[in-house]
Amino acid sequence: MLKLKKDVVVIGGGPAGLAAAVKVFDNGVEDVMILERDFELGGILPQCIHNGFGLHHFKEELTGPEYAQRFIDDVEDRDIEVKLDTMVLDVSPDRKVYAMNREDGFLEIEAGAVILAMGCRERTAGAIGIPGTRPAGVLTAGTAQRYTNIEGLLPGKEVVILGSGDIGLIMARRMRLEGADVKAVCEILPYTGGLTRNVVQCLQDYDIPLLLNHTVTRIEGNERLEAVEISEVDENLKPIPGTEERIEADTLLLSVGLIPENELSKKADVVLDDRTGGAIVNEGRETNVEGIFACGNVLHVHDLVDWVTQEAEIAGDWAAKYVKGDMRRSDSKIKINAGKNVSYVIPQNIELEDKDRKRIPLYMRVTTPLTACEIKLSADGEELYSFNEPFAKPGEMLSVPLAQKTLNDLGKIEEITVDIIEKEGE
Amino acid sequence: MSETKTLTCVACPKGCEVTVKYEGNEILDIQGNACPQGADYAREEIIAPTRILPTTVAVKDGALPLVPVKTTKPISLEIIHDAMKIIGKTKVKAPVKIGQVIIENILETGADVVATRDLPKKAG
Amino acid sequence: MSNKKYDIIIVGGGVSGCAVAWKLSRYNLNVLLLEKEPDLASGTTKANTAIIHAGYNADPNKLKGRLNVKGNVEIKQIAKDLSIPFKEIGSLVVGVKGDDLSILDELLEKGKKNKVEGLKIVDKEWLRENEPHLTKDAEAALWAPTAGITTPWEFALAMAENAVANGVEIELETEVLDVLTEDGNVVGVKTNRGNFGANYVINAAGLYADDVARMVGIEKIEIRPRKGEYYIYDKAKDFDVNHVIFPIPTPISKGIVVTRTIENNLLIGPTSDPIDDKTDLSTTPEGLEKVYNGAKKLFPDLTLKDTIRVFAGLRAADKTEDFVIEAADNVHGFINVAGIQSPGLSSATAIADMTLDILEDEGLKLEEKKNVIEKREEPVRFYEMSNEERAKMVEKDKKYGKIICRCETVSYKEILDAIHGPIGARTVNAVKRRTRAGAGRCQGGFCGPRVLEILSEELGIDPTEVKQEETNSQIIEYKIKELLGSKVMDNA
Repeated sequence: MLKLKKDVVVIGGGPAGLAAAVKVFDNGVEDVMILERDFELGGILPQCIHNGFGLHHFKEELTGPEYAQRFIDDVEDRDIEVKLDTMVLDVSPDRKVYAMNREDGFLEIEAGAVILAMGCRERTAGAIGIPGTRPAGVLTAGTAQRYTNIEGLLPGKEVVILGSGDIGLIMARRMRLEGADVKAVCEILPYTGGLTRNVVQCLQDYDIPLLLNHTVTRIEGNERLEAVEISEVDENLKPIPGTEERIEADTLLLSVGLIPENELSKKADVVLDDRTGGAIVNEGRETNVEGIFACGNVLHVHDLVDWVTQEAEIAGDWAAKYVKGDMRRSDSKIKINAGKNVSYVIPQNIELEDKDRKRIPLYMRVTTPLTACEIKLSADGEELYSFNEPFAKPGEMLSVPLAQKTLNDLGKIEEITVDIIEKEGE
Repeated sequence: MSETKTLTCVACPKGCEVTVKYEGNEILDIQGNACPQGADYAREEIIAPTRILPTTVAVKDGALPLVPVKTTKPISLEIIHDAMKIIGKTKVKAPVKIGQVIIENILETGADVVATRDLPKKAG
Repeated sequence: MSNKKYDIIIVGGGVSGCAVAWKLSRYNLNVLLLEKEPDLASGTTKANTAIIHAGYNADPNKLKGRLNVKGNVEIKQIAKDLSIPFKEIGSLVVGVKGDDLSILDELLEKGKKNKVEGLKIVDKEWLRENEPHLTKDAEAALWAPTAGITTPWEFALAMAENAVANGVEIELETEVLDVLTEDGNVVGVKTNRGNFGANYVINAAGLYADDVARMVGIEKIEIRPRKGEYYIYDKAKDFDVNHVIFPIPTPISKGIVVTRTIENNLLIGPTSDPIDDKTDLSTTPEGLEKVYNGAKKLFPDLTLKDTIRVFAGLRAADKTEDFVIEAADNVHGFINVAGIQSPGLSSATAIADMTLDILEDEGLKLEEKKNVIEKREEPVRFYEMSNEERAKMVEKDKKYGKIICRCETVSYKEILDAIHGPIGARTVNAVKRRTRAGAGRCQGGFCGPRVLEILSEELGIDPTEVKQEETNSQIIEYKIKELLGSKVMDNA
């Protein structure tokens, strides 16, 4: 068994892990190591060959591989140590990381700090329990994306997509461009879960029908998929009898949600938030376990990689501070609550001292689409301030700044609540 | 005979519903946009919608069988499928460098098809 | 095909056929097992509740009642010899408020008649202590400590592998189309891959046992499939279940069971619905609702948030509702092992013993082999090893260092072993049955493409030829660019 000691170990070499590692390094903590299970860095980005990345972070439009390459170059320029094809099997609460690969065999790494950046996985057909058979040809959109864009294999040519998450929309266009017939994208909700630009550029451009309030109610075919039955759903999302329609298809792609992959976090006794599926963190993205940080989609599912980068940099900054002994906790912990129409807020707690910062960005999502809404922050029940937004969509993250000055003026408080309310009469 | 079309603007994530009244290539009226970018977007969408085309190209002896590519500028949506056919017949030899031109001036659009990642040769 | 004449051909590679093959492999006989699918154990054997029943429930006057207890007792040794996962966790038949609790006493009596050991009625307090998440309405239960759980396909495969080690031959994707007879004697079978000669044919064709029986003119067997639908849960779930938990049974069904599996997933089901179509493995909204509601009666805290898969299996029930294990009276050398429904898995080895007795009665000479290989080497199961054990394995062979299935911690070497094992895996599901790759929470989302690639490399076939399960279940239909009219990927 190979035993190592590192100041910081980053688990996952996707966009979150790369940005976090670079930030740790740039803060003067150069003994940082990235552990990546795939044969190359970049995480899911190498298979996201479409454009639309980086508009916020780089102020230019990049494809997934291009976005990844910038951070891979940053890692290489700094000579940050990377172990590829390396699977982390275990993380202990005292920050021992156990991993394996073919070159080193079994590894035990004692880490000063650990940054969890394992990303997320897709919800599967089994998890949503679609009735019918279980033939070949039913796969998640992300798996299909890997086959199509990395392995050079096209799952099929008559495609139905369930779920209008971004990966589903992107794959609709991708398979259409490669010559497949994409017959429909079904979305059980009355609105799409993806970005508007993707609805326009992936579906409308190619006349692919988006069927809102529709779901797949039956899978047919014993060996390979032969057809799916779709139905309209009522306001309780229950299929309406009599609306069934049979669509012949050899492929059903599922884009029905992403789940932060926290199996390792649980082994390290990290406490998870039921709403996000990720860890409960403070503003430094530190979990309940001291010295273990989390960022990216393992913490909560993001809409844009740009926000992943931003979050990873926060985690990288604070992990470096932690290792250097520069991280101070204040005497009081402020709990951040998700109020009306808010499904969650990251971070869940504010408890670190930082004289230099001007504001703390709060990231959140709404539970339902809202127009002309008011975002309201209150401290222990007293309104702090509010501002208006023309709209808010569950598919898109919102960032709300909380000024440090406001916090200073408040003195000791227990909790801050964010409500987002639709204003009447507008 | 004038026509009316409602578009969702994608110039920013806001997604304004922009209604355009037009006759042939002549724009008569644009409503619903919150900023001038929305009007520009709507005008272009009616007259000649264009898109960046991201796809893949086959690679010989590469660490992976494909390299992702894109057009260096948006090309007309009308010729996207023709471009796909040409790109589909192309094969490039590894190693490939990011930014490497794979197809020059595809379909006389002035856009090149370039690689969007580095791809080394297959090991061994 | 070979021109070799076999002593015995077994039709069907489910748990019954495999058990018969295993028992026969200990004698000086030429035995051939034929399976129509690309893998063994891919019919009823792969989709059931995976329980080794104690044997109190089956009618003592039926074969089911007589063979279950025998099988239950025998498996404990076999599990050791053949390294079959088996855990004697015990079962509970739980009576709740409003149930007729006298049924528990009836079951206890029946169990005693069937010679089931250790049966006991336990009270509320016992249940609260030993099964804390069970409904507060539970009044009493019949506790059967000898009931257990296994991995049914591994049970079948282990017997088949040991049979192969002892000389039995197996042909996959070989479907019996007819049974050949001459002068009232079996002489062989006709298959999609030619004819195979044999003096005895054992019909262990499961759902299709009536079709195979009809090939020699036996009409009395009639398989009436009953569908059972299930949910399976992630290993990470809200609470653990410690026993196999049944509700009070009805005359036709043992009801919706809640049990843990060998790997500590939670399994709930099955329904019990007669169907006509033997290929209908579909789940239904009604069936799944029945399963969930049934399970929730026993465990009110249960939700559906951690389910990872739904599936359905078909019980190959004969119209007599009993096992039909007998020699044909119209053709010499044809033996039915049919109607093997629950408790078929529990009875498998006892069924095989009975089949061998019948073969002897029919004139087959059973002459014990010298040097029988008694044990099957335990496959490496990385997911159940400690980190220290894993470290040792990787030192031995670096191929263990590459993890392919992250949810179930399955290494590259384990997948290679599955493909190149005694009954090599040829399909993605066959790899899954042997290694658990793809059986976890992501259901092969991540490892699916890797397993497909490894199968393609190791079997020397194109990725578009790799199957999920059945012969026409290709996972990938085209190379990229192919639908654009380009062959550019063909020689990459």
